[in-house]
Amino acid sequence: MTKDSTPKSGYSRRDALRLMAAGGLACFAAPNLLGKPAFADTANPTGRVVVGLSQEPTVFHPLMAHIEVDDAVHFSVFDALFRMDPKGVLQPNLAAEVPTQQNGGISEDGLNWRIRLRDDVRWHDGEPFTAEDVKFTLELITNPNFRAWRTGGHSLVRDITVVSPTELTWRMEEVFAPYLSFLAETFMVPKHILEKEADPNTAAFNQAPVGTGAFKWAQRVAGDHLELVANPEYFGDGPYIERLIFKYIPDMTVLYTQFKSGDIDLTDQAYITADHYEEAKTLPGRVVTLQPGASLESIFLNLEKPQFKDPAVRQALYAAIDRNAINDAIYYGVNTLTETFMPKASYYHNPKLPAQEFNLDRARKILDEAGWVPGPDGIRAKDGVRLSFANSTTSGNNLREQVQQFLQQTFAEIGVEMTISNMPAAVMWGDFWLKSQFDSAMAGVTYLIAADPDATNRLHTSAIGAKGGKGSNTAQYSNPEVDALLEKGARTFDPEARREIYYRVQEIVREDLPFLPLFAPTNVVGRKEGLEGWEPNSNTRTASWHAAGWRWQS
Amino acid sequence: MRGFLLNRLSQSLVLLLIVSVIGFVVLNLLPGGPLAQFGLDPSMTQDDLNRLKEQLGLNRPLWMQYLDWAWRLVQGDWGHSFRDGAPVLDVIGRHLVATLLLMGSSTVIAIAIGTWIGIRGATHRYSAFDYLATVGAMVALSIPTFWFGLIGIYVFSLQLGWLPAGNMYTIGDGSALNYLHHLIMPSIVLALVHVAIWSRYMRTATLDVISQDFVKTARAKGLSERRILMKHVVGNALLPMITLAGMQLPSVLTGALVTETVFTWPGMGRLFLDSLGYSDYPVVMGLLMFSAILVVLCNLIADIVVAIIDPRIRLS
Repeated sequence: MTKDSTPKSGYSRRDALRLMAAGGLACFAAPNLLGKPAFADTANPTGRVVVGLSQEPTVFHPLMAHIEVDDAVHFSVFDALFRMDPKGVLQPNLAAEVPTQQNGGISEDGLNWRIRLRDDVRWHDGEPFTAEDVKFTLELITNPNFRAWRTGGHSLVRDITVVSPTELTWRMEEVFAPYLSFLAETFMVPKHILEKEADPNTAAFNQAPVGTGAFKWAQRVAGDHLELVANPEYFGDGPYIERLIFKYIPDMTVLYTQFKSGDIDLTDQAYITADHYEEAKTLPGRVVTLQPGASLESIFLNLEKPQFKDPAVRQALYAAIDRNAINDAIYYGVNTLTETFMPKASYYHNPKLPAQEFNLDRARKILDEAGWVPGPDGIRAKDGVRLSFANSTTSGNNLREQVQQFLQQTFAEIGVEMTISNMPAAVMWGDFWLKSQFDSAMAGVTYLIAADPDATNRLHTSAIGAKGGKGSNTAQYSNPEVDALLEKGARTFDPEARREIYYRVQEIVREDLPFLPLFAPTNVVGRKEGLEGWEPNSNTRTASWHAAGWRWQS
Repeated sequence: MRGFLLNRLSQSLVLLLIVSVIGFVVLNLLPGGPLAQFGLDPSMTQDDLNRLKEQLGLNRPLWMQYLDWAWRLVQGDWGHSFRDGAPVLDVIGRHLVATLLLMGSSTVIAIAIGTWIGIRGATHRYSAFDYLATVGAMVALSIPTFWFGLIGIYVFSLQLGWLPAGNMYTIGDGSALNYLHHLIMPSIVLALVHVAIWSRYMRTATLDVISQDFVKTARAKGLSERRILMKHVVGNALLPMITLAGMQLPSVLTGALVTETVFTWPGMGRLFLDSLGYSDYPVVMGLLMFSAILVVLCNLIADIVVAIIDPRIRLS
């Protein structure tokens, strides 16, 4: 750049205006570069539903590693052999029946399985769905080159045999009752398309999937939305709407604003924040309901830390949590208090567990009796260990941060020091969480996989990742009796017998307190008036689990 | 000219190399990583996570990962996104159009209005207009953009219902008019800050030119003020603006993070934030290299353009 100038500039005002005009024109021409939306060729289904999501669905191959938000798409485009209904009962989907030991679908020893399929199902491209597709799907999951989501359960399957186009059998390496539920979240993929792909991880299918579901893939505008159209050949009931759109709105406040302004018809993950509930209820033309979720919000205690090895400390801390105040004052009373990790909607939820009582005097007494004596700074200590610890959660979650500050104050009243050390999600849920590097953590966590009551991955000694285990027992909880019960539960098919087992697991865990339950989060789901057929189902991870049944009231 | 170009190009390559090494190392040193998104999923066991790590090539030494990435980049392969498996250039391309639309229109508004305010402020120095423009620019620069965005949504969308609360277009209506309707609020909000910057620069540049001898000569010759302004002042005052525009051009292509989030605009700024949130290394590195190349290129072009327009600057 120069400070000197001459009048002989070659750059005139007219040139500048010309450039600006060209820029402006380019801006208005650009939309045409984005491509035109596809339209359904079906006549019956009418209207469209726009679902708002706060994370972007990006993984469309349903067997690849993915997160909860992708489920919304998988449930609409694909089908599994079974489906978990809102009551937590397995219903046949692509399978003609749910195999049991009574109907002979599963052998008495639980090792040999036989699956019968429907004969009227077609892929979106018109090809028939057969037992070969099921075999291909199950084998793809355990293909070592494939970036599969969960392999647990599937890795036990051996000798898959296609008996006929509508029947197949396999043998299990060991008895694993939860596998039935796992199959309810294992969506079938087409063999005739994927077998031609050299690398299943980068197949074209992954960007434009072909399923058997109620909706067909239409188009995706990355970073914005994706669009599905009705599948008129769908074998099940529905679909009644012509187009299903998943709109990505990253900011929770903006998501709520767009629900208010009518841009979205239904709020799926992460729903409406609790602090907007009171206002949302009063919105004209909107139906806002509270739907129990499947997770538990709790304080995880890293049981390998000396402070938390003493059960008295865990009991005292639990007694010092004013859960009602937290729920009412911070979460506007929308959540449910619970004593267990098992969701209330589950058949296996134990309702007879002792209720926590907020009592600071009792908390102090427990600590006094256990020999935790206040030091000169007011913080208790025993055998050289100060009763001090850090609590971590994802930064930026203002409601959780308020809970932390609240707990910090009440814990201080019983001589316990809690410091707050939060970090971004990508850091928090990495090794810090998985390898139990935290003192204590505040997290909303689900324990069940595919709504099966088996919680081995979270509670079994062999699942402690920090000790080389295979699961996500990040509290490093270890109790031989619980281990034995979990092993027995996974080998038992009879629901009643299983209920007894998991009731006992819940009793022991309630007593041991490896985590301090705060509440069972409730989702504030908003939808536009007139949208019918929507049904909550806390046994699935998405509010859009059954879009096939949605319709607009005419 | 050739010597100048070769010199600048070689400097640029070294710069890009340094940026890529620092970017790669810093990104990979951050704790967490792309698999942290599965941390809360009870079905993902440590074994599953280790397997994914190996499949994504994340278990190799950092230097090996870098060399592999850099070698492929040189060959034109920018890698695949960890999140959706699409090629990085495709991912960037998909978001670039949205960003061009928003940033392009806001830049046009900002330059047009900012230039006018700046020139008028300089020619009517210490007038009510000048004071108003100065205070206005201060306000626009001190208040965060998202605040303007939220106020705009509250007033024009929720209360008056004149403009959409966000999104690039109404799904199902791909008409140019619909895009235009959605473009109005975010581009004006985004333009506010840039109008302020442009008007301040333009005012200074115009004042600078006005005090030059050739303007005095023109006045002495009896030319009208309007003619002096149009013929002698504006063109010269715009000259330093070319460098400013050159410096701002990369930001036009890399997006506006906050505005895009508030208005649910699927542009580059949001892509960067999302990719960082998921530790999608290939995309983050792709965006980093994309903007680094743009900065280098735009500066180079600005230098050349200024030199061509102003013959007293020698490229050598």
